[in-house]
This record gives sequence, C-alpha cells and structure tokens, in this order.
Amino acid sequence: MQVTITINGEEVTRDVEPRMLLVHFIRETPGLTGTHWGCDTSNCGACIVRLDGQAVKSCTVLAAMADGHEVTTVEGLERDGRLDPVQEGFHEKHALHCGFCTPGMMMASRALLDENPDPTDEEIRTAISGGICRCTGYQNIVAAVRWAAEREAEVKQEA
Amino acid sequence: MATTVEQPASPERPIGFGRLRRKEDARFIRGQGTYLDDIRLPGMLHGAILRSPFAHAKINSIDTSKALELDGVAAVVTAKDLETLGLAWMPTISYDTQAVLAGDKVRFQGQEVAFVIATDEYVARDALPLIEVDYEPLPVVVDARKALDPDAPLIRDDKPGQVDNLATPTWEAGDEEAADRAFAEADVVVTRDIMYPRCHPAPMETCGMIADFDPKTGQLDIYNGNQAPHVHRTVYAHVAGLPEHMIRIMCNDIGGGFGNKVPVYPGYVCTIAASIVAGAPVKWIEDRSEHLTSTGFARDYNMHASICAKDGRITGLEVDVIADHGAWDSTAQPTKFPAGFFHICSGSYTLDASHVKVKAVYTNKAAGGVAYRCSFRITEAVYMVERMVDALATEMGVDPIELRMRSFIAPEQFPYETTTGWTYDSGNYAETMKVAMEIADYEELRREQAAKKERGELMGIGVAFFTEGVGAGPRKHMDILGMSMNDGADLRVHPSGKAVVSISCQTQGQGHETTFAQIVAEELGIPPEDIEVRHGDTDKSPYGLGTYGSRSTPVSGAAVSLVSRKVRDKARLIAATMLETRPEDLAWEKGRWFVKGDPEQGATIEDIALRAYSGEELPAGMEGGLDAQIVYDPPNLTYPYGAYICVVDIDPETAQVKVRRFIAVDDCGVRINPMIVDGQIHGGLAEGIGIALMELISFDSEGNCLNSSFMDYLIPTAMECPEFELGMTVTPCPHHPLGAKGVGESPNVGSPPAIVNAVIDALRQGYPEVDHIDMPCTPDRVWAAMQGRAEPPQ
Repeated sequence: MQVTITINGEEVTRDVEPRMLLVHFIRETPGLTGTHWGCDTSNCGACIVRLDGQAVKSCTVLAAMADGHEVTTVEGLERDGRLDPVQEGFHEKHALHCGFCTPGMMMASRALLDENPDPTDEEIRTAISGGICRCTGYQNIVAAVRWAAEREAEVKQEA
Repeated sequence: MATTVEQPASPERPIGFGRLRRKEDARFIRGQGTYLDDIRLPGMLHGAILRSPFAHAKINSIDTSKALELDGVAAVVTAKDLETLGLAWMPTISYDTQAVLAGDKVRFQGQEVAFVIATDEYVARDALPLIEVDYEPLPVVVDARKALDPDAPLIRDDKPGQVDNLATPTWEAGDEEAADRAFAEADVVVTRDIMYPRCHPAPMETCGMIADFDPKTGQLDIYNGNQAPHVHRTVYAHVAGLPEHMIRIMCNDIGGGFGNKVPVYPGYVCTIAASIVAGAPVKWIEDRSEHLTSTGFARDYNMHASICAKDGRITGLEVDVIADHGAWDSTAQPTKFPAGFFHICSGSYTLDASHVKVKAVYTNKAAGGVAYRCSFRITEAVYMVERMVDALATEMGVDPIELRMRSFIAPEQFPYETTTGWTYDSGNYAETMKVAMEIADYEELRREQAAKKERGELMGIGVAFFTEGVGAGPRKHMDILGMSMNDGADLRVHPSGKAVVSISCQTQGQGHETTFAQIVAEELGIPPEDIEVRHGDTDKSPYGLGTYGSRSTPVSGAAVSLVSRKVRDKARLIAATMLETRPEDLAWEKGRWFVKGDPEQGATIEDIALRAYSGEELPAGMEGGLDAQIVYDPPNLTYPYGAYICVVDIDPETAQVKVRRFIAVDDCGVRINPMIVDGQIHGGLAEGIGIALMELISFDSEGNCLNSSFMDYLIPTAMECPEFELGMTVTPCPHHPLGAKGVGESPNVGSPPAIVNAVIDALRQGYPEVDHIDMPCTPDRVWAAMQGRAEPPQ
C-alpha cells in the first residue's frame, strides 16, 4: 500500500507493507536515523516522535496509520541552523551520555514545553517517564528541560 | 598517608581539568550519532537467529527446506554448515567453549539454533518459524544450589571428562585457619545466606553486527559496538583463522554497554561466517527479548557468609559462594581470577582474618557473569560485606555507622595489605563517611525515624561504605585470553599545534572524547577543542584492552597523560634549541616552556610544534615531528571508595518501597571533568535502584525465562529515581600520574547494599524479626518478608 507522511515538513511517499512500523519508515525512507528502536514493547521511548504535535512511540504506530499526517523527528528540532532550547539544555546540563535515548527524551520534553511552558520537576519527570535512560539517572535530563523552559521564558520576555 | 586536597573552582572553558561541556554532544543532540543500525552498506543482507524454546533438549533434526523456499531468503546456516568451516564451537573469554549454533542439543532457552540470511529484516524473521526443529526435551536444572546434586542432568556432555555440572573448581583466598581462629575468639558471630540475583545490564542499544568480507582482497570490515575492539579482533583472528591485519573493527557510537558488550557472542560469529559465505555485507541486530535472554547477564551469586566481632570491632569474615555461570563459563574477569575480584570482600575494614571460597556451576540458563558496571565481582563482594556489617551491627545493638567507624582502615595504615592480598593505595574513610553524615543530617534522620515508628510508619536509613579495586591491571597479574590488560596511546601534535590522540579504550557514553582531550589539554596547554580523540576503530588506534571495570581513566587516562608528557619532554629539547639555552634552564607553565629567571623568553607549544616540522635547526640527532606513543602498564589497581546513605519509606499497606533520599559521597581521586563524574554517579545510582528494587532475570522450573522484555524486566524511569545528593572528598591516587581513580562503577557497587540495608531498617521498625531480604525488593517480595516468608528469588 502507498502512504504519504509529512516528515519534518517534507512529504514522503512510499509503497509499504501494511505491517511496517512508523519507526522503520522514518529510518529507512528519508533515512532519518536519529529516531531509534530499543525494545519492541513500547517501554523504552527511544523511538518517540511527534505525530501531529503529540509525542508518540513510533514503534507502536504503523506507517499506514500515519498516512496523511505530520511527523516531527529529532532532526526537525533544529531550525535555520539554530538549536532548539531543549537541545541546548541537554548539552548545557550534561543530560546525555551514550545518546541513544536522547532523541526520544528530547521529543517528549519538547512536547511537554509546548503544552506547559513552566513545568515543575514532578511534571517533567512524569512527561519523560515513558522513556528509559540507562545512563543519566534522569537528574540532568530534568535539569535540562528546566533550563530550556527558563531560556524560553527569557526569550519571550525579551520579545 | 593520604591527603585530602581542595580542587579549584572550574572555569567555564577550562584548558585542562574542569567542567567542560562534552565535545561529543554536538552529533547526539541532532540525532546524528552513528549507531550500528544506522549503517547501511550497498547490497547488504540481513540475518536473524532461530532460538531454542527449550532450556535443555536433544536436537534430533533440523529441516530448513521450507525457510529456504521463502522469497528473499538467501541461506539458512546451521551447526552442520559451521562444522565444515570449523566454527561450530568457539572459545569463551574464560577458556571454556560454547556452541555458536546448537548441533547436538540446546542448553538454555534462547540458545542460537539457526541463522537466516535474507534480503531484508522482515523476511529474515518471517523465515524463522518455517525452520522445523525436532527437539527431545531433557530434564532441566535452574537452581545453582541443586546443580551438583547426584540426580542433576549433565549439561556439558560435550566436554570430555565432564561428569557433573561443576564449571570451575573451588577457588580460595585468605587464610582459613586464621579466620577460624578469629571466629573462635569472637564475641559475636552472625551468619546469613545472601543472594545477589541474576540481573542484566540491558543497554538501550541491543547487540548486533555488520560483517563485510571482501572475497577479492580478503579484507574483513566489522561494524560492531563492543567494549574491547582490539581484543575482539584478536579473537576473530584465532577463531576464524583470518589474518589479523586484514580485520578492521569499527565501533562507531554505542548505545550503552555496562559490561554486556565485552564478550564475543555467537551471533557475531554467525554474521561473519554469513558474510564470508555470501560474499556480501550482512547485518544482524538482535531484538530486546533476544538481548535479555541470551547475552551476558550479571551476578547470580549465592553467598553463605559469616562475620564476627571482638571488643566491639569487626575481626573476621568467611564466605562460601556458589556462582551460577549458566550453560557456558563465559564470565568476564582476568584469567588468573576465576572469581574476579570477589576477594576484595573484606571491604574497608581492618580484619584480623578472612577466608573466601568460590566455586561455579553450570545450569540450563544463559551464560554470562559479565561485570555489569562492576570491576569483576566487586559488586557482589561489596553487597555481601556491607549487608553482613549491617547484620552484625544489628546483632551487637550498635549504630551501623558507628561499627564501620570503629573498624575502618585508618589513613596512616595506607598502603594497606588486606587479609586477602590486595594493596589498597590510599584513603581517609572516616572523613568521607562524616561528609555523608553531614549531608544526610544523620542524627536528625534517626530522630525522624523514631518519631515515625511511633506512628506506625516504616522509614529506613541504610548505609554502605565501599572500596573498589579498578583499573585492571598490572601485566604480571592480569590478562584476558592471554592479552595483558595494558592500554596504548598515540599522540600527534600537528604543525599548527592542534593534536590528535588515539586511545585503545572505547566509549559507550562515558565521554572519552571530552575527558581525554582534557588530559592532553592539562598536560600540554592545547585547548580541548583543538584536540581530537580517536578511538573505536582498530585501524586507527593502538592496541589495548578496552573500556569496562572502570579502567578507562586509571589505565588509558594514565597512558594519555604520560604520552603527553613524552611530547612535552621532546618539546623542551626543541624549545632549548629555539631559545638558545639548555633544557635544564627551562621551566614549564601550561602551554609554554620559558627561561627560568627570564619568563618573557619562552616558546609556546604551537611555536614548538611548528619548529618540529619545519626546516629549522633541531637538537642534534633528533627526529622531526612532535608525536609520541606509549603502552601503559599500571603498577597497581586504583582504589576509589565512597560512603552512601539511603532513606526509604515503605508503604505498610502495599509494601511499595520509595527511595526518598540518596546521598553519595565518592572519593575517586582527582576529578578530570566533575560534570562527567557526577553524571556517571547519577547513572550508576539509578542502576543500583533498579537492581535493588526492580531488576531480576528469573526462571521457572522448566528453565523458561520470565523476564524477557521490558514489560517484565523493570528498569527505573524518572519516577523511581530521587534527586541524588552528591558530595566528594579527593584523595589522589599516589601511583596514577594524574592522581585519578576510576568512578563509573562505584555508584552501582555502593548503592544496592545501602538501599537494601535501608529496606531492612525500615521493615524492622514494624517487623523486628526481619533479618534479611534478597533483592529485588519488589512489593510482593517485601510483603512476603513482612509475613515472615522472605525467600530468595529464582
């Protein structure tokens, strides 16, 4: 079957088997390998992308289900050569070690801040609890998201 | 005697040590890392493995014909095919053998039986159920304590002369007679059966490989995220009979390792064989279930321990261990240490005597015993001794910190020879313990606990103090598969003063590209952004044993420090010629040699580098260039230590344990990048929470693995981890050129005993008869303990 998915603003059309997972579609067709596969059971969150703005686990979405929809991946965070504050925050606060869970964590964090620009630590922890990070113990991820929220509030105030 | 020094505050952009944001982040935050599955080669085929559903069964026949008929399937490899290549069996890293693909019988659930090669991964997996295997189930043994029973089925009938399930005979350390004497003279003796259950490192990226054999040239390119690429290359040369200089291993980015990516797995050998047979690149990546059921597990130690005290001080320790190694003995440790460094179990205390016995058995479970964020069984040792010290304190009716304080090795006793033969290099244990007590406000916590007890609340305070031996190790004592545990470094300073340093260890997230650049920066004054760190490609880096056992900074870090000093020494000679003076008249400040007494007269490292490559005069007889190489042989391990305090609350209604506070005070010597050190500690503490409260690989009586996905193998999320409270003391390692010790594993070593001690302390507020509970302290297991039915997990 043929599906058309808009990924990071670009339409991608391809014939796929009905069983093809969205995570595989994203990684294979446009070759956007920043979205990772980690567990098969929707536990790890390495595959989190945004589907029409909502954070979803792309290993639990069929490519066919995303037909006609918009997907944003980690590669879509940076715009016009400028890093998203979430990306900057992860760097500033040492919120990544091996980097494998990082795209999923950043996408979940971006979705949180779009909904709730001033989250509490508890709200941040809840928002990223759909993902597993084996390296950081989460503390610096929480700090990174807080950093990004503060940075965005500053920018807003300046504007 | 150890001295504690204050480290200066870290500037924003240090040239050298300090809080430097990581160089490697740039690609990861953009989703531009290169993990194994991100690599695609033209014409690449895909592999998938058929695994045994049985824990123990004879294989009567394997019929691959239907799988071969499936469109897109190129080949199905079985043990028979591998036999013709001499690859049906391979050595483990512990000098045992293991089947690459099962031919005679399967010995654990999840064992590799056949390898399918197809045009894509979906097709390869479609072919697996089409392979027909006729199994004849055999009796199963999953409990290590029953593996040597006379009626236990013989698992390793492939090994000539093997008559039972003994994997390694009893190995001993310490002095049995002296220990018996200590116990005979003791005032108090406590005995416990303590299990460190089977858990799994479970890095976020599973294992896999791409093998690309070029039949025209004989070159074998391997893409494989592993923790010891140089040793893997040597193993493949031996196993497959391939010339080592024609094998190149490229690790690229690795999504975590934690000890799990040290071994050579059967899937790797299958992938290489498939590429050789197919004459095309072959990719194989296991799924999560395959990863949890077949790759290197950790721990699985059954420890029968006794500890004693006299005159209020700990005096003796005896421990008898049955280690469960699974179907093959592929536990990871230096060759001469069949129980790893378990005999460091006398801990941080001045015992009069100790005695350790360890034997290992085969069971119908996956093999492993890898060092999951651990320096070779030190995790098990520390857990055991810190549980025993707590049990002893309870028996004696003294505060657990007080007993530790009375028994610590004193600062003036270093270097300290332990009763099991280790030479601890430095330490001031009591001071570190005090820092932890201050951060925790220990006295106040005890008051709060007493008040809560009155209200029927279960609050627990757990303490652990650990000493690790990391940075294996001296070549006279330590090797793996005959390769000495040394590491190389190769530093090239280019004419412009920018540098490339190649190292033999391999990051899986530890931040080597930043830390090792900082070491060169500290030694030579070249800004870290001008130093490229190369690693993980065997064609582009010197030989060495890799990253595990917290050995990167102790061994490779020392190598990088000393290779930098070699360059600095050469630079001095060149500077002397440039400044028309004698080398001994020059003094060094970071980045520059200058004339003593005339500091204006000097040459920067950039000036010297340019001179080294130029046509200008050099010292007589000197070769041009500003490069150096080194292989570092550590004189001893380094001995990081730490004091951990954990506060838990247990819901009396649901038996749910909540870690409310965790205080970790680590002494890892000089900290090269404090941000990265803290990050390592955070991560290890989270893993420790997982091990203590959630993570378990268990089996039913038929050998079915009950924790084969992340639905059942529970890893902490952000919800289970508290905000960690870190502190530090700094006691430089006296024999490391930078004064540094390893740190990555300390938090994983120290946290499980602190947490379990806290759980028991909490339970005893309402259930004073509870004297032990085995991990993981899940609600059902804690509830059983409350009911007086605490049982070890299986």
